[in-house]
Amino acid sequence: MIVIIDYHMGNLRSVEKAVEWVGGEVIVSNDVDVIEEADKIILPGVGAFPNGMKNLMELGLVDVLKKQILVHHKPFLGICLGMQLLAKKSYEFGECIGLGLIDAEVVKFSFADQSLRVPHVGWSDICVLKESPFLDGIQTGDDFYFVHSYHMKNNNPKDVVATCRYGFEFTAAIQKDNMFATQFHPEKSQEKGLRLLSQFVMLGSKVNA
Amino acid sequence: MLKTRLIPTLLLKNGRCIKTRQFDAARDTGDPVKASKIYDAQGADELLFLDITASNERRDILFDIIQRVAEECFMPLTVGGGIRSMEDIRKILKMGADKVAICSAFVENPDFVNQASRTFGVSTIIGIVTYRRVDGKDKVFIHGKETETEQNVLTWAKELEERGAGEILLYSIDHDGMMNGYDIDMIRQVTQSVSIPVIVCGGAGKLSDFVDAVQNANASAVSAGSLFHFTDQNLIKTRAHMKNAGLAVRSV
Repeated sequence: MIVIIDYHMGNLRSVEKAVEWVGGEVIVSNDVDVIEEADKIILPGVGAFPNGMKNLMELGLVDVLKKQILVHHKPFLGICLGMQLLAKKSYEFGECIGLGLIDAEVVKFSFADQSLRVPHVGWSDICVLKESPFLDGIQTGDDFYFVHSYHMKNNNPKDVVATCRYGFEFTAAIQKDNMFATQFHPEKSQEKGLRLLSQFVMLGSKVNA
Repeated sequence: MLKTRLIPTLLLKNGRCIKTRQFDAARDTGDPVKASKIYDAQGADELLFLDITASNERRDILFDIIQRVAEECFMPLTVGGGIRSMEDIRKILKMGADKVAICSAFVENPDFVNQASRTFGVSTIIGIVTYRRVDGKDKVFIHGKETETEQNVLTWAKELEERGAGEILLYSIDHDGMMNGYDIDMIRQVTQSVSIPVIVCGGAGKLSDFVDAVQNANASAVSAGSLFHFTDQNLIKTRAHMKNAGLAVRSV
């Protein structure tokens, strides 16, 4: 069973439908018992970083999530805000501390070039930097749907498995042990996105990297 | 690199796709769920649903359509028309929409823009600017083309950005359904005034119109209804044309 964490940030239904489409058994919940029972965890999310952290804290999910990821090594997929929240901190609306599971910060896009509009919305191709079980069948040049104003700046280049170019190369996907996360939305990226989700669904229930 | 988005517009009334000319004379163009699946198969970059159903009781039909489309089309869905409250936004997102597009309610209550973008995220909120030329001046209109406002297109687009809209949908009433090309001058002025993406709608009648809006006016996304409904141009041919003209488009 895969649990999609419901922390009141954005449209969870699309993620649920897409995971079901590729054959995953899925439940949307913020119940600690359900999360502890689950084999895999998806943290989706659209919205502002501070709200996301606040909701996770208020629902008492911060320690539960960390335990599932770090102690039980459950495969974890973060999407968009769900990736950014893994960072140590974000600069969205001031400074806000994140889950701190990835050595990174989240900063805003800012360009002098007027043709580079913010938010970065639409389909962009990614560059796959290293092999990852999550990216099997995904290649450099494949397009995914992005919609974000902030991006992750990783201090440990080892964690970055794919990048995307928008003015400069930014982090498009990360992997650290059993944690995988994308800045783009696989559930909105048609065939390639579904491919990525099916990789996640088919993974063994524990990933030891 | 970011690709130019090609977005079919589905204008809805009482659960059917319709097409208008200058916001009048609706023609039935079919079932929205079927049309969505075709656009999905042809690799549309996003779908834009604009509901112009007058009565509120029939809103449930829209929810049902969005829900059915979201079950099978795993692509970005934007929904607009008749959205007046935070609760409306919440409901539509829950049905499976990713972004909402709002026109009249933003003009009538500009604080609603701030409130919506703070709660749902900047990138979820699209401000629609519908306008037409009156006595040589471009004026923002709301409630379809019923109500002329005092807002100037450029000032209002800028204010939408400042208040937290993540994109502008620029919709020319005069060009709607006329298939005589986009309002390139206005698009250029708006894209120069704001730094958020601008989606353009109204007037596309031939494939070169899309190229024109991007190359000569810096549009981030091009949208059309009539062209895909009434001509033999489909998204695949359109994309090929845009690519040949040197635009970055998605390879599907």
